[in-house]
Amino acid sequence: MRLGRGAKIALTAFATVVFTFIYVPILVVTLNSFNSDRTFGWPPPGFTTQWWNLALQAQGPRDALLVSVKAGLGATAIALVLGTLLALALSRFDFFGKHAISILVVLPIALPGIVTGIALQSVIQNLLTPVFGIGAGLFTIIVGHATFCIVLIFNNVTARLRRMGGSLEQASADLGARPFTTFRRVTFPLLRSSLLAGALLAFALSFDEIVVTTFTAGPDSQTLPIWIFNNLFRPNQAPVVNVVAVVLIIVSIVPVWLAQRLAGADAAESRI
Amino acid sequence: MSRRRGLAALLGPPLLWLVVAYLGALAVIFATAFWTTDPFTNQVVRTFTLENFADLFSPTYLRIIGRTLLIAALVTVLCIAIAVPLAFFMARVAPRRLRGLLLAAVLVPLWASYLVKAYAWRTMVQPDGVLDNAFGATPGYGFGALVLTLTYLWLPYMVLPVYAAFERLPETHLEASADLGARPLATFRRVVVPALLPAIAAGSIFTFSLSLGDYIAVQIVGGKLQVLGTAVLQNITLDLPFAAALGTVSALIMVLYLLAVRRTGALDNL
Amino acid sequence: MRSSKIKGFGAVAAVAVLALAGCGSSADSGSTGASAAPGGMQVPNLKAMDKLGTPEGEVNVLAWPGYVEDGSNDPAVDWVSDFEKSSGCKVNVKTFGTSDEAVQLMRTGQYDTVSASGDATLRLIAAGDVEPVNTSLVTNYPDIFESLKMKPWNSVNGVPYGIPHGRGANLLMYRTDLVKPAPDSWGAVFDKAGAQAGKVTAYDSPIYIADAALYLMATKPELGIKDPYALDETQLAAAVDLLKAQKANISEYWSDYLKEVQAFKSGSSTIGTTWQVIANVAKGEKAPVEAVLPKEGATGWSDTWMVGAKSQHKTCAYKFIDHIVSPKVNAQIAEYFGEAPANKKACAETADKNHCTVFHAEDEEYFSKVRYWNTPISTCLDGRTDVKCTDYAAWTKAWTEIRNS
Repeated sequence: MRLGRGAKIALTAFATVVFTFIYVPILVVTLNSFNSDRTFGWPPPGFTTQWWNLALQAQGPRDALLVSVKAGLGATAIALVLGTLLALALSRFDFFGKHAISILVVLPIALPGIVTGIALQSVIQNLLTPVFGIGAGLFTIIVGHATFCIVLIFNNVTARLRRMGGSLEQASADLGARPFTTFRRVTFPLLRSSLLAGALLAFALSFDEIVVTTFTAGPDSQTLPIWIFNNLFRPNQAPVVNVVAVVLIIVSIVPVWLAQRLAGADAAESRI
Repeated sequence: MSRRRGLAALLGPPLLWLVVAYLGALAVIFATAFWTTDPFTNQVVRTFTLENFADLFSPTYLRIIGRTLLIAALVTVLCIAIAVPLAFFMARVAPRRLRGLLLAAVLVPLWASYLVKAYAWRTMVQPDGVLDNAFGATPGYGFGALVLTLTYLWLPYMVLPVYAAFERLPETHLEASADLGARPLATFRRVVVPALLPAIAAGSIFTFSLSLGDYIAVQIVGGKLQVLGTAVLQNITLDLPFAAALGTVSALIMVLYLLAVRRTGALDNL
Repeated sequence: MRSSKIKGFGAVAAVAVLALAGCGSSADSGSTGASAAPGGMQVPNLKAMDKLGTPEGEVNVLAWPGYVEDGSNDPAVDWVSDFEKSSGCKVNVKTFGTSDEAVQLMRTGQYDTVSASGDATLRLIAAGDVEPVNTSLVTNYPDIFESLKMKPWNSVNGVPYGIPHGRGANLLMYRTDLVKPAPDSWGAVFDKAGAQAGKVTAYDSPIYIADAALYLMATKPELGIKDPYALDETQLAAAVDLLKAQKANISEYWSDYLKEVQAFKSGSSTIGTTWQVIANVAKGEKAPVEAVLPKEGATGWSDTWMVGAKSQHKTCAYKFIDHIVSPKVNAQIAEYFGEAPANKKACAETADKNHCTVFHAEDEEYFSKVRYWNTPISTCLDGRTDVKCTDYAAWTKAWTEIRNS
């Protein structure tokens, strides 16, 4: 599309305004992490590094980070397996109820988290704990997160499979490879980058999830968002939470950069 | 190995998971909506009643549902209005080497906890806060602040699929349209929009559903506003069946929404 | 899944049938009977522990934020680590934001002990989520202020259900520069709230209805309110009307205290209910505010440590509670959280020697004006037998209605 100079300037100006809109609140958070007011009153009355010192010493956010990473990895691993299986089934077979399944897999991410949350909580309280002796904890968090992460893997893999077509697998089968061998030697290598892209997205989603987590976490499993939630409302702790947020933004550049690299290799379809 | 067995092996585990862990849980909670609670201990009593659904049709709750739908719709429209030109700029106008950087710039804020960002918006809209200082006006805590904050929070979920759609759109299609004499606006309407629709619909599933279910941002910037999410939250401990009935409504709204957008191919674009 | 219905009425008893139906969640497996004692409230027959066993290795604690600090948030604020070493009980803490959340979490059966406010205790007791406590197993119990023991919110029919933790009043806070003259009555947030239209704040919970009732007690004697937690239909309706009228002048409802401090600092709220600790933090950050106990008195809280009926770690729970109410620790918590300690000897242990004076810990006259949070039940708590009172569920419905009006 050939755009006039005016249109280009207008679009550039618009994008500048939007990026300002995106980054001003982030700047506010960053400034507040140095705000000497315990309740980060605005405008900041003074400058302090005490929240950064406190945050660097505190064990709480580090423990919570560890739980979050475990939950994210666990959920992603389950989602990888289930999402890939489902994508293979739906792309390579035709059967009754296929459309219903494609809605079912989207449902966990599309329904409001509070609904999923209370549903899982009532199962934990009424079934898992009394019958199986499994209380709310890391395991239930992983189950909850995996459920809404499946769709991310599923969609990435489905898109890739659609583009690949079935001819390579057909060839492999014709040459006498058994289905599992075909998967291991042919399909999987071709899927690898889309699996990684999906996994990153799934991990990210699990990492910042709070609503479902609130209803599935137990006494000894506090994810980082839950830690933030518990501490954000307390004047002595809230500024430390700002520090944690700033650190997260800085650290997040790594996975985002990684995703970019993957996407660069395969820009057309990756959704990171 | 027969194809049927292959299908069963592939389909079995994920379906078992989704049906048992997810649909099973949902079924339990929807069933709860037909029960009552003990008035003092607030525990669920398994006596069948339709009262919870009847209560939903009182003016109070109809207003809440209506207000929440309005917020979700406004947020979605705002996100589309911002994301489409922005994604177009990122994918088509900005210099190629900057594109990755711009995309990263949209994504990075997603990693700063959503709670922290919502609290930052408290500072943005308070009297003498950032907006007040910059523009001399602020919506104050309430409806306007909530719509603004939610738009801010969910914008990346709209930008991503739309950006990907613009990237996928072959330059040749646009050129062909122009060569055939279409002006940019006509090209946009006839070529770009159809290619974009599934992506917009996919993004809107996020923006709509996340706004519909939100109960945290509203407590931070919503002033005295009451929405579906806060109504569910207030009732979870005291009247779980009624909370379940409210939850059923929001689930139903989303299922209808999904069925409506499925025709655009949105579900493949998540 | 069982469902045990408890029928029968107590002596005062216009109580509705208390059905302890369990979605497997609450009714204790050992208790299907009930004690129909003369207090009027039906409670499951549970026994307190007779003696401590060997510590079980851990204890899951449910607490208001700031009550149980293990140094993980701030290494300087830690009264748990030493206890863990000396007792052999690892402490897992989960904090909650509202009494309703506490009740719900306690109901999962995963927690051994909870710091429950008065608007939660009776619900927990009636549902069999918590059991009576044996106060002789808590060595610091004799040092606790007598005025906090065996109260309607921590005992039933003469049986103690918990150990008092600390107390405070819900005060009236205002901006000294924007609200003139200085208010001395709750009228400033009710009948005269129009003077601060759009700047009034209130606590976001059904229990706030009691604040309105307390005001009506003083201003509308013809309603005959004797206890703000014992309201019949007419009295509740009057309180609801007052709150609905108030809503027009509300800027926001608060439940977390960071939000309230910010609102008063920025001036988006200028007057409303508060806790002493919030007023102190706001003043510490140089907000021009003052908090007073209005002439009508105030509502307040007296929190109670309770033991979970399904607890697997009861010995650790008792040891933990005993530790929390010991003079030194009780003093640390009172200072960190900002409340009056429950242990008499704590006042000698505070870092700030004025702490007990500022929070009126030993000032029984001050606290005589405070109506501590209690859970409204259908048996009128003020002793009336000719009417049925509105219970907490009715209050919740009313509160939702106010919030949505």
